[in-house]
Parts: sequence; C-alpha cells; structure tokens
Amino acid sequence: MTTKKEPIWIARDFSKCSGCRKCEIACSLFHENRIWPEASRIRVFMLVPGLEFPHFCAQCEDYPCVETCQVKALSIDSKTGAVLVDEEKCTGCAQCIDACPGRVPHMHPTENHILICDLCGGDPQCVKVCQEGKWNVLKTVSKKNYAYKLYARTPEEITQDLAVKMYGELGEEFL
Amino acid sequence: MTFGYTGKFLEVDLSTENIKEIKFDDEVLGEYIGGRGFAAKILWDRLGSKWETINPLGPENTLLFLTGPLTGFFPGGRICVSGKSPQSNGVVGSTVAGEFGVELKCAGYDGIIITGEAEKPVYLFIKDSDVEIRNASHVWGKDAKQTVTLLTKECRGLLKKRFPHYGEWKEPSILYVGPAGENKVRTAIVGAKWTHAAGYGGYGAVMGSKKLKAIAVKGTGPLPEVADMEKVKQLTQVICEDVYENELWRRWGTGSAGYEVGATTSSEPIRNWQEEWHDEKSFGVDKFENRVWIKPYWGDFGCPTTCLKIAMVKTGRFKGAITDNPDYELQAYLGTNFGIFTPEENVFLSSLIDDLGLCGIQTGNLLGFVGELFQRGILTKQDLDGLEPKWGDAEAFAALARKIAFREGIGDMLAEGTYRAALKIGEMKNVDVLQYAVQCKGISLGAHGIRSGKDYPEIISYACSVQGGDHTSVACLPLDDSRSELIMIFHDSAVYCYFNIFGIPRNLKFEFYKAVTGLELTQEQWVNTKALRILQLQRAMLLLGGPDLKWKPKIHDENPARFYEPLPSGPYKGKTVDKAKFEEDKKRYYEAVGWDENGIPKSMVLRKLGLEDADKALEKLR
Ligand code: SF4
Ligand code: SF4
Ligand code: SF4
Repeated sequence: MTTKKEPIWIARDFSKCSGCRKCEIACSLFHENRIWPEASRIRVFMLVPGLEFPHFCAQCEDYPCVETCQVKALSIDSKTGAVLVDEEKCTGCAQCIDACPGRVPHMHPTENHILICDLCGGDPQCVKVCQEGKWNVLKTVSKKNYAYKLYARTPEEITQDLAVKMYGELGEEFL
Repeated sequence: MTFGYTGKFLEVDLSTENIKEIKFDDEVLGEYIGGRGFAAKILWDRLGSKWETINPLGPENTLLFLTGPLTGFFPGGRICVSGKSPQSNGVVGSTVAGEFGVELKCAGYDGIIITGEAEKPVYLFIKDSDVEIRNASHVWGKDAKQTVTLLTKECRGLLKKRFPHYGEWKEPSILYVGPAGENKVRTAIVGAKWTHAAGYGGYGAVMGSKKLKAIAVKGTGPLPEVADMEKVKQLTQVICEDVYENELWRRWGTGSAGYEVGATTSSEPIRNWQEEWHDEKSFGVDKFENRVWIKPYWGDFGCPTTCLKIAMVKTGRFKGAITDNPDYELQAYLGTNFGIFTPEENVFLSSLIDDLGLCGIQTGNLLGFVGELFQRGILTKQDLDGLEPKWGDAEAFAALARKIAFREGIGDMLAEGTYRAALKIGEMKNVDVLQYAVQCKGISLGAHGIRSGKDYPEIISYACSVQGGDHTSVACLPLDDSRSELIMIFHDSAVYCYFNIFGIPRNLKFEFYKAVTGLELTQEQWVNTKALRILQLQRAMLLLGGPDLKWKPKIHDENPARFYEPLPSGPYKGKTVDKAKFEEDKKRYYEAVGWDENGIPKSMVLRKLGLEDADKALEKLR
C-alpha cells in the first residue's frame, strides 16, 4: 500500500473482529520493534469473550485531547490528521485520557508518556494485517467531513452495543 | 540467558502462601524446551522418587502452567497445563489456546508452578511481578461465564484503582475451573474465555483439589528478546500466507468433519462407538453455518486461521445457548455419540458443558458409555436417579452432566470418569462393563476411530501413546512421521497451536525455534534424543502409576474391546482391528522407542539418554 498524502481515517467494523490481535502485534513491532501488546497504539479488548474489538484513536474533528494538553505535547499531523505525541514534552499527567470521550489514550507501560495512534505516518500497519487476513475490520479511507468523534467510545460502551448486536436481549446481562 | 524465554518461573505454595521466583539452567531449557517437555522434567525431578504414592488430587501434586519459547511468536498462542494426571496417573501436556501464555511472558514469567493446597477458595492475581493470592469465595460455585465476567470486572477494577493514570485497562487473561473442577470431577477442564479447554489429563480437578478457582494475569512488558526478529517476521509471513490460502479450513475449522468423518471415513463415535458411520445430512456444516453461527472467524493471539466460530441457538427449546461452534470433537462426542444429529441440540450441550467446566470429549465419552449401559438394561432408571438417557434425548444427557459436575446421586460415581466408573459399576452389577468403555489408560479416546483405517491409520495410535486416548498425541511409525507423538511433543513443548503448520515445510518449525532462541535443532536431534527423552519420562511415570491404579503394558497397552468388533454399518462394514497385526505393530513400536518386550523402557536406552534415576525406578517393574 502506498502512503497516503491526504488525511486518512481507519474505518472500523467491530463485529467482524476475530480477536487475532495481529493489529497489536503489527503496531508494537512497527513502533517498538518488539511484540508488546500493552505498548500497542491499538488494543484489542475482550471484556466479554466473543466480543473482541480494536480500541484506538478516532481522530475527532475537534481533537479534545490536543486541546486539553497543558504542555502542548500533542499536535495534529497536517499530512495524515493523526494526533502526534511529543514524548519529551509529555509529562504523563493523563489529562488527555479524561478529555477523550472514548478514553482511548493510555500510558506507555515503561516510559513516562502517553500512547496515541499516529496512523503510522499514513501507512497503517494494523490495517495491512487485518486486510491480509481478510477479516476486514480495519480499512483505510480518505478523511471526509464526518462526525468521527462518535467512534471515540469507551471499551464498556462498545462492548455493551456489540453484546446486544451479537447476543440479542441476552447481551444486556453480560457486562 | 536463552532468547525467547523470560528466564523466570513463578512458584506458589498455596499451603504456606509462600511466593517465589525460580530459575532453570539454560541447559535444561535447551533440552526440555518448555510446556510438555518441561512438565515431564519438573514433575520427575520433584516427585519421581515417590511417584506411585502421589495422589493427583492431594496437596502433594504439583500443578503447572507452562509457556514455551515459541509462545506468542509462532502464530497461535497457547499455554500448557500439566501435573500428575487424575485420569492416567501419568503426565499429560494439555494445551489450551488464548492470551494467557502471552500475558504471562509479558509479566516476566515462563511458567507457574503451584504446590500445596489452599485452606479456602482462592485465585491468583498476577500483575507483572506483583503476585497475590486472593479470596475466591464469591466466585466458588459460579459457572464459566459468570466466573470470567466477575473476575474480569474485579481485576480491571483493581488495576484501575492501583494505576489511576494508566488509562483503560484491557482485561487480564484468565484460566479457571467451573463447578466440575471445584468438585474434583476427573473429567474437569481448565478453562479459558468462555469456551476454551485444557481437557485431556483432568487438570481442572487438580485445580479444584487445591481450591484454586482461577489465575488472572496481566503483563505489561514486551515478549522476551529473540535471536533474530527479522527472521521471526519472515517465517510468520510464510505461515500466514499459507493459511490464508486455505479458506475452507479457516472457514470451517474441524467442524466440517461432523458430517464428513461419519459419512466418508466412517470413524466417528456413534452411540458409544457401536457404529462409526452416519449419513445424517442434518448434521452437515452448512446447517451449523447457516443456523447457529453468529461470528464466522474467532481466534486467539496471533492466529491467522481463527478456526473457531461463535454459535448461538436462535429457536426452540434451547434458544439462547451460546458457545464456540462445536468443533469436530464436540460435534461427535456431544452429538453423534448420543445419537443427536441437530446443530441446536449439539450447541446446547456444548454450552452446558462449558458452563459446568467439563471436558466435552471425556464427559461425552462417559455419558455415551452410560447411554449404552442403559440401552442394555445394565443401568436402570432407578440406578440413574430417575433419568432415562435414551439415544437422542439431549435433556436427559444434560441432566446427567449436571449431576456429574456437582457429584449428585449417581453423578458422584460417574464423576470418576469412564474407566474408574466402569470398575465400580462392574463391581456393583457383577457384569463386565469394561468392554463398553472406550478409553485407554484412564483417558477416553478422541473422536477418531481406527477400525476403518481411513482416518487414523495406525491401530496402535492410542494403545501405545503415553497420553492414552489423547487424539492429539498418538503413537505411530516411523517415529518422525508428522503425526507421530514425538513430533507432537515439539508443538506441546514449544507451545503453540499446531493447526497453523499443516501446509508449511516440516523444517520450518525448527527454523522458527532457531530464529527465536538462537539454538540449532534438527529433526533428527529432536526425535532421536530430546523428544525421546521426554517420551521415556512420560512413559516411566505412566507405568509407575498412582495409589489407586497402575497400568500393566501386557494388559493395558491395548485397544478398547469395541475396536475388535466388526463395524456394523457403512462403507467399511465388517472392518475391524486384526489382533495379530496389532501385536506385531506394537512389537515394532516398542523396538523403535526402546521398550523391552514387556513395554518397559530398556535400561540401556534410558542410560544413554541420561535418565539413570528413571532406569533405577523402573527396575521394580522389570
Ligand atoms: S487484526 Fe483485525 S481481526 Fe485481528 S484483532 Fe485486529 S481488528 Fe480484529
Ligand atoms: S479519539 Fe481520543 S485520542 Fe483520538 S483524537 Fe479523539 S480525543 Fe484525541
Ligand atoms: S495506524 Fe499505526 S499507530 Fe495507528 S493503531 Fe494502526 S498500527 Fe498502530
């Protein structure tokens, strides 16, 4: 896949997620050169078995995380639209986590800075493996003028909806 | 330190609540690899000198949860559960898929060694190097789904409280027992997620005997350093590309066999193996796919195959039952073996078996055995607490499964598993019922018959295996055949899912091992030395036996009596196992693995492998 020049977005179809966690492996290999699920910028949650889904940045149109950061450690990549973390500036205060409607950012497990998806500079590694495996949960699309922020939701909220989608009424009890 | 390992094991004594970290020499890691091989080594070193006296369900047993160097790297993560088996009194390397092995390595441990027994129900919570023994009274008695839900919530809550600035915590990975394990049922599993099981061996009962309800682990570190990451990536790609081409295998997993194995190879258990053929199209894969699947691809860490599916009953009496779509084994053992041929009833029974924490194979075999005794009038409605397990009656078999899990009424005797229950029933009724027990050395057979010769071609498959009826570890010649137990020992010791290797060159797994560990290993070295050493240790412990049962090769290196009856129906009608040929094959196998004519590992062979103490211990059996 060629690196896209214009802002991109990763479309996501959670209910198809197989739970293979290849996206976590790809993301951590790319950014850390280790297989390191907790240091991946995309994390597959399984609060209920069978309801796995990838949790990662939705590039909200108003970027509340960037807005909230007191030390200006977060910025927007003008090329891709991704949130970029300045690892030196970031103090690990965690305010961006609270500002994010989906509580998406999380701390690097061993370093004192936050982790947010950087869209791999325009060539998302997670999408590549998800597509290779034909699960089609993740797909790169051009960024349009949509309400992407609606996708910034907490793991509990996403799980709750998936539970109902998959298990119907029974799904209401599983959390 | 060797690449691919964390270099540390966690040891927890539940009696004294003493928790410590231990290490093994690089040499030991190199020889026994991990998982099953390591289990044999640890158990032999610690318990070998008094093996016969160890009660698998007593505090003196050691329970193991072991990764291997390839866990997390080779596609398809698993963990190996072991200990002295309450089924065979030997050692079984019982692996289960999921993220547990990966989380454990990321927490900094290659394995967990559990000794002693807790006074009250407990669970272990591991967060990196913080290890706690926590009260589990509130989850004791809970079924699989409830246990996982409650512990996921509780552990995430603890993480959130302790690390408020981390962000959202992913769930820890959990291994647990259901009610069956708590009640020391010998066919109890160690479970993962809602539906995954380490079944063979009966280690759920061992966990229950130690009052260990679950282990939850969250590791935040990376997987250990490897020797050559570029090579690991490249080999992973080779494996994945091969798997992605095999769309039918990905799509159906082993599930297509529920029809195929009955109709085509005629080797599926039907009504307790009275037949092995059926042509019930109602049990075909399209029925499952179109009626009950709600997710077509479901898998575990790093797996390209994702051969599991989630199934849910949408209509009728059993509406709402959820499980992973029964794989071949459970379509057979919780379907055809009860004379059941509808996806809905099969999914319902699988879901119930998950919830109770029972092994679908071992319990399906046991219940089929009970069904046949009922059919023959040996066990009556009165014996069975008013139940009538007629073929095809899912509710009756379900009611019996519940009795077994809670050891209620007749369930208490049946909870001892097919072999031990057969001994008791035989005594009670004064009839030889062992002839209907389709098991080998206390371990019920997987759902692959040997009579037609079209499925498992070797008639010594189970009789000569060190893991009895385990269909994933069968004896066959030549010893380096890809189906041979000695090759299976590699998968179970390096600890990954062998469903990802079918289409790739045989040598690739050893290349992968080298890319991770930096250590050279050839197939020849493996089969003739390392795997053989592990096999001999397993054989030695199997033959030394336990306080309740011992196996004599002359009697017990044998097929179930049923396999000498001619197949009564189907394309291979009349086919059976030829006893003379069996004796010949067995003799050839004994010679190949270095066992004497009585099936005891030869002194010379053991000494050459450096197993002098095993040789001494076996002296009394010669
Ligand atoms: S790679 Fe795709 S299918 Fe696999 S876990 Fe990630 S999102 Fe799910
Ligand atoms: S999803 Fe969260 S991290 Fe991403 S842009 Fe929105 S607020 Fe920021
Ligand atoms: S796009 Fe790149 S950084 Fe973002 S989640 Fe995917 S792999 Fe990670």
